[in-house]
Amino acid sequence: MILGLYNYWIVVVLMMIGLYIIIAHGNLIKKIVGLNIFQTSVFIFYISIGNVEGGTAPIWGEGITLYSNPLPHVLILTAIVVGIATTALGLALAVRLKEAYGSIEEDDIQAMDDQKTDNKHC
Amino acid sequence: MLAHLPILQVIVPLLAAPTCLILRKPSLVWLFTLLASASAFVISILLLQQVMAEGTLIYELGGWSAPWGIEYRIDKLNAFLALIISGVSTVVLLAAHTSLEKEIPQDRQTLFYILYLLSLTGMLGIVTTGDAFNVFVFLEISSLSAYALIALGKDRRALWASFQYLIMGTIGATFILIGIGLMYQMTGTLNMADLASRLPEVPQSRTLFTAYAFFIVGVCLKLALFPLHLWLPNAYAYAPSIVTAFFAATSTKVAIYLLIRFTFSVFGVEFSFSVLPLETLFLALGLLGIFVASTTAIYQNNVKHVFAYSSVAQIGYMIVGFSMATSAGLTATLLHLFNHALMKSALFLALGAVVYRIGSAELNDFRGLGRQMPLTMTAIVIGGLSLIGIPLTVGFVSKWVLVVAAIENGWWPVAALILLGSLLAVVYVWRIVETAYFKTPEPGRKPVKEAPITFLAPVWILVSANIYFGIDTRLSVEVAQAAAESLFGVSP
Amino acid sequence: MFAVVMLSGIYGLLSASFFVVMDAVDVAFTEASVGAGISTLLMLTAVAMTGRTEHVTRHKPYLAFAVVFVTGCLLIYGTLDMPYFGSPDAPSHQHVAPRYINDSMQETGMPNMVTSVLASYRGFDTFGEVTVIFTAGIGVLALLSVVRGRESDAEIETLNDSMHEQYLILRIVIKMLIPFILLYAFYVQFHGDFGPGGGFQAGVIFASAIILYVMLFGLGTARRVINQSFIQILSAIGVLIYGCVGLVSILNGGSFLDYSVLSDDALAGQHLGILLIELGVGCTVASVMIIIFFKFAERNEYIQSKNGKST
Repeated sequence: MILGLYNYWIVVVLMMIGLYIIIAHGNLIKKIVGLNIFQTSVFIFYISIGNVEGGTAPIWGEGITLYSNPLPHVLILTAIVVGIATTALGLALAVRLKEAYGSIEEDDIQAMDDQKTDNKHC
Repeated sequence: MLAHLPILQVIVPLLAAPTCLILRKPSLVWLFTLLASASAFVISILLLQQVMAEGTLIYELGGWSAPWGIEYRIDKLNAFLALIISGVSTVVLLAAHTSLEKEIPQDRQTLFYILYLLSLTGMLGIVTTGDAFNVFVFLEISSLSAYALIALGKDRRALWASFQYLIMGTIGATFILIGIGLMYQMTGTLNMADLASRLPEVPQSRTLFTAYAFFIVGVCLKLALFPLHLWLPNAYAYAPSIVTAFFAATSTKVAIYLLIRFTFSVFGVEFSFSVLPLETLFLALGLLGIFVASTTAIYQNNVKHVFAYSSVAQIGYMIVGFSMATSAGLTATLLHLFNHALMKSALFLALGAVVYRIGSAELNDFRGLGRQMPLTMTAIVIGGLSLIGIPLTVGFVSKWVLVVAAIENGWWPVAALILLGSLLAVVYVWRIVETAYFKTPEPGRKPVKEAPITFLAPVWILVSANIYFGIDTRLSVEVAQAAAESLFGVSP
Repeated sequence: MFAVVMLSGIYGLLSASFFVVMDAVDVAFTEASVGAGISTLLMLTAVAMTGRTEHVTRHKPYLAFAVVFVTGCLLIYGTLDMPYFGSPDAPSHQHVAPRYINDSMQETGMPNMVTSVLASYRGFDTFGEVTVIFTAGIGVLALLSVVRGRESDAEIETLNDSMHEQYLILRIVIKMLIPFILLYAFYVQFHGDFGPGGGFQAGVIFASAIILYVMLFGLGTARRVINQSFIQILSAIGVLIYGCVGLVSILNGGSFLDYSVLSDDALAGQHLGILLIELGVGCTVASVMIIIFFKFAERNEYIQSKNGKST
C-alpha cells in the first residue's frame, strides 16, 4: 500500500510552498513567513516519524502499553525554540532595514546598493 | 578535572557569555572574554595532547551512555579543529578592544562580546559533539550570533548582508535538520558512532540517499561552496573588522568539518562516493570556485571584498582535496584548513588595523600606505604571499601537499590547474601591493600613523605563525595526517 | 500584509492541532503558544513598523519553481523507501526509544517521558536551546536598542495614555485576567513532570501576560513597573542556573548535568535537577520574550517620534 506514505507527501508539499515563498517573494516579512512555514512543516515531518498507530501521548499511565515515540517530540520542542529565535532576529533585521533604506522590498534595497557603488566608481 | 576537559571546552565560553551581561562595563567584559577564550585555547591544547597520546576520548553527558544520552567524542580531527578555532579567537580578541573603539558604539560593546563568545561556543560545540541533533542546536547558536554580529557593522549594507545570510543560513540549517530526521527515521538513533554502525545495515538506499543529499546541500550552503557562496562576500566585507577576522578563519572551516565528519565517519567513504557522483561534482565545483572567485577578486575595489572572494577560492582548494577521497587528499584539505585560518585571520586583522586608521578599506585609499603604515602593510604582503603559496610560508606547504596528492591520484591536469589558480592570486595580491607602495596618496589627505601596538602585536603573532608553520611543518602536517588516516581507519 | 500574518498565525494553530492528533501534546502546546501566539504578535508589530503594502512583482519565479520542484521530487523519491506512517515496527521506534518508554519512569521518576528525555537524557540539547534563546535576546537587544532621553518619556506617556483611555472595558478585563495567567504559568512550570508543560511553555505564558499588560497600558507605565536591566540580568541568570546545576554535578563526582549525584538518592537527585533546570529555562525564556517585545515596541516609539519631529 503506497498510500501509507500520504502523510509524508502532504508534508513535502507544505515544505515546498514555504521554500517557494522564501525564494520568489521580494518582501522581507513574507520571506520570514515562508521560512516559518518551511520550518513548521519539517516539525510536522518529525512528529509524523514519531507517531505510532494506536499509541497514546507519551505520559506514563497504568495499563497503557503503546505510546508514541517521545524522542522526536523532544527534538521538535528544541527546534521550535530555534525557529522563534530565528524569526525574532529576522524581524528585528527587517525593521532596521526599513529604517535604513526606507523599504523592505528586496529589489529596492538591491537597487539602492548598486547605485551607491556605481556612484563611487564614476 | 582532566576527565572533564571535553565538556569544559564548550562550557567555559558558554557560561562566560551570560556572566558578561552581569559585568556590564565594556573594558572589564573584554578582559573577561579574552580570559575565557584563552582558557578554551589552553583546554584545546591539552585535549589535543591527550588525544594524540591516548586516542579517542569519550565523555557521556548527564551520565547517560550513548546512544540514549548525548556523548562527546573527541578524536584527532575534533581536537585539531577546536585548537584552530579557539586559537584564532584568542589572538583576534587581543585587538578587539582597540578596534571596537572606532567601529561599535559604546553601549553595544558588551553585547558584542557576549555574541562573540556565543559564536565561539557554537563552533566549539559543533566540532566536539558526537550527536547529530546536538550539531544542529549548536549550529544555530553560532549562526544566530553570527547574523547579529554581522549586522553590527557600521555600513547599512551590513544589515542587508546579514539578512541575506540569515535566509540562506536558515534554509541550510533546515536542510540539515531534514537530513538528520531522515537518518533517524531509518536507524532509530542520533549518535554519530551509532549511526555509522547502523547505516550500512539499512537496506533501503533511496531514503538514505535523500538524507545524505539534503545534509550535503545544507552544509554546502553554510560553507559557501562556489554556486552557493553569494551571501559570503558582503557579509565579510561589511561586518566589523574583528568579526571578519574571526569568521573568515573559522566559520566555513566548521562547515567543512561537518562535511568531512558525515561523509567519512558517519556514512562511510564507500557509501558517500558511490551514491552521489561526489568525486566529479566536488572536483568540478571546487575548480570552478577557484577560478571564478579568484577572477572576481581581481576586479573588486574594496580590499575586504578582494579577500572575501579569495576565501571562496580557497574553499575551492579544500574541496578539491576532499574530492580525491584519498588519505593524502584529505590531509591536504585539513592542512589547508589550518593554514588558511592563519593567513586569513592575519590578513583581515591587518585590514582591521588599516580601517582603524583610515576608516575605509577601499583600494584607492590604500595609496601611499606602504610608507605610512610599514609594519601593517608588510604583514599584508606576507599574508598575501602566503595566499599565493610562496615557499617559506604556510600557503606553500598546503599547496605542495595538495599538488602531490593530486599527482599521486593521477590527476595531472588538476595539479596544473591548481598552480594556475595560484597565478590568479598573484594578480589580486599585486594590485594591493602596487597601490600601497607605488602610488602616491591623494594630495591633501592627512598622513596616517602606524597602527597602535594593540593591533600590531596580534597581527604579527599571526604573521609569524604563518612563517613558522611554513618552515617547521612537523606539528601541523603530523596532526593533519594522523587525523586523515584515522578517518580512513575508522570507516569501513 | 495583515492577512498574510494572520493566515500564518492560523497555520501555526492548525499545525498545533495536527500535533495533538499525532499524540504530541507537549509539542502542540508549544507550537500553539509560539506559532500562533508570540511569532504572530512579533510579525504584527514588525508589519506595523514596516508598512502594510508590498510590491506584487515576483522575481525569478521560474528559477524558484525549478529549485522547489527539484527538492520536492528528491524528497518524494526519498519517501518511497520509508516505513509507512504510524507503523509500530519502523526502525525509529526500535533502537533508542524503547528505553525511554519502558525505563524512564524507574530511572528519572517522571511520568511525562517527554520531560524526562528533554531534561535528563538529552539535557544538553536543552541547555543549547536555552542558549539559542539567550542569543536571540542579545541579538535583538544589539539590533534594536535605542538611547532614550528623559524628557521625551513624559511626552510619549501622555500620548499613550490618551490612546489607551478608549479601551476601558478591555483594560479592566485584562487587569483581572493577568493574575490568573501568571498563576497558570506557574502551574505549567511546576507541573511539567506529570502533564504536558515545562519551563519553556511556562516562560512563554508568563511573558504573554506581561506583553498583554504592555499593549493595553502603554510602554511608559510598563517601564515603571518592570525594570529593564533587571529583566536582562534575569535572562542571564536563567542560563547560569542551568550551567551551575551541571557544574555542581561535576563537583559531586558525576559528569556534566548528571543529576543523580545531586542528592544521596538518585531519583531525588533527578527530581531536584530537573526542577532546577526547568526553572532556569522558564527564567530565560520569559525574560527574553519580554526583552524582545519591549525592544520592538520601543523601536516603534522611537521611529514615530523621529518621524513626528521631521514633519
